[in-house]
Amino acid sequence: MISIDLIQTTAETLMDKAAIEIPQDYLDGLRAAAKTEDGDLSSFVLQAMLENYEAAKEDRRAMCGDTGVPRWFVKMGNDARIEGGPIALEAALRRATANATTGVPLRPNRVHPLWRTDHNNNVGIGAPEIEYGFEPEGEWIDLITVHKGGLFGTDYRMLFPSDGIQGIKRFYLDSLVAFGKRGLACQPAIIGIGLGGSKDTCMVLGKRASVLRTVGSRNSDPRIAEMEDEFKELGNSIGMGAMGFVGKNMVIDCNIEVGYCHTGGMQMSVHAFCLSSRRAVARVFPDGRVEHRTDPDWFTDYQRRETIDWDPVREAAE
Amino acid sequence: MKIREVTLSATPTAEAIADLRLGDIVYLDGLIYTAREGVYMRALEDKANIPMELPSQSAANFHCSPAAVIREDGSFDLGAVTATASFRFAKWLPEWMAKTGARLIIGKGGMSSKDYKEYFVPNGAVYLSTVGYGTGALLGRGVETVEAVHWHEELGIAQAMWVIRARRMGPFIVASNMAGECLFERENAKIVQNLDRVYEGTKPAVLKRYGETDDRSDEVIG
Repeated sequence: MISIDLIQTTAETLMDKAAIEIPQDYLDGLRAAAKTEDGDLSSFVLQAMLENYEAAKEDRRAMCGDTGVPRWFVKMGNDARIEGGPIALEAALRRATANATTGVPLRPNRVHPLWRTDHNNNVGIGAPEIEYGFEPEGEWIDLITVHKGGLFGTDYRMLFPSDGIQGIKRFYLDSLVAFGKRGLACQPAIIGIGLGGSKDTCMVLGKRASVLRTVGSRNSDPRIAEMEDEFKELGNSIGMGAMGFVGKNMVIDCNIEVGYCHTGGMQMSVHAFCLSSRRAVARVFPDGRVEHRTDPDWFTDYQRRETIDWDPVREAAE
Repeated sequence: MKIREVTLSATPTAEAIADLRLGDIVYLDGLIYTAREGVYMRALEDKANIPMELPSQSAANFHCSPAAVIREDGSFDLGAVTATASFRFAKWLPEWMAKTGARLIIGKGGMSSKDYKEYFVPNGAVYLSTVGYGTGALLGRGVETVEAVHWHEELGIAQAMWVIRARRMGPFIVASNMAGECLFERENAKIVQNLDRVYEGTKPAVLKRYGETDDRSDEVIG
């Protein structure tokens, strides 16, 4: 049985880490980008961002004033048991979100869409989102928090098989240029692309591709992995850098996730995880151990399975 | 091009404003207030009295809501500060400037050169953009004290009017000038020249969107 108190205190620590500490993979990616950048203004911006991450860690203050909208991805091993069950778990995550909002502090971003009611704690109807995943083995629970910021840099389009790769490229470029101008997407970003599913699942795939995969990770399908490399390069050849200034770094990495879709369609979504790519992860065990990391490791072979039953041996052979 | 660095008062003289060049890096001293849709609506539409002497106390309007909390004893804990996109406030800004004498509009993404020419230049105002976006911790370090938070009960923490004493707060980038020119439009004009080459070989979608354009000099704001 995993202690509910431990879940809540761990969740509070994760909220703090996500808001303050830029994940190492993104930091390495941005440092590499800063080395290649030769646009004078965009270089200045990247250097300022690198200083900003240091200042945030030194002062233990949020890296960006827009601290995003906190959300949770929860993954459980098949044998995980939580004290108080899923209702207690959700209450603990909502409490941790509210406590961290005043504790860090975070900006209380969450308001009612019509009445603009603000509880000043980032909790409300459907907020924070809590999404679930499962793995075949283990007694642990993974708590993943993502505080994605920004209202821009995201788009969806129903494409069709006849649009092909060239149509996918076109929509990708359209999205990057549209929201890259004036730096609305807060690039350079981790670009996530969702392909397939339905309209809603396509958005989920793209969002998860941007926020739940790390810089440098590649899709397990080698042909999709090739596309990821190609799309990263394509995005960086636009000639646009940070803040929409002339430059060569728009995309720190491009991650693509797919889902089976209607035979007539080819849904596509594009997401940008910004200069403040806030994510933090911890695995909590029944014996009280807590292991912190920054890689959500969400897209396992199990998550991308194609078969009816889960047969790890056969999947490995394929 | 060498980037020039300037220290500016939050109640700047007309000469100091006229001297600013597109792309200058600015650090601010003095009182800055945050105002966005909540404050604009309350002051301009509901005609509430603005709880500050403007522009004598401050001529610097920051489009921002800080990551901050008001403690139970009434004191403030302000961590990070970054801007929000300004184009959404174009509706209120002409009246706000006329009423408050704001000369520095600080935010994200800038406005259009049309906005600058129509009401920034006549009011002697320029636009300063935050950097990144997201140098929230650096800007937070530039906050010496929070002098007051107005209207937080009516508008909530995020929309309230935060009055901040800045000491070498920055960096900001000068994104408009007294000629009404726009830094972002200048950069866009350079980038658009390359776009035909980048798009080469790609195909327009078979199903069009109503109102869709392929004019790549277009912007999503303005």
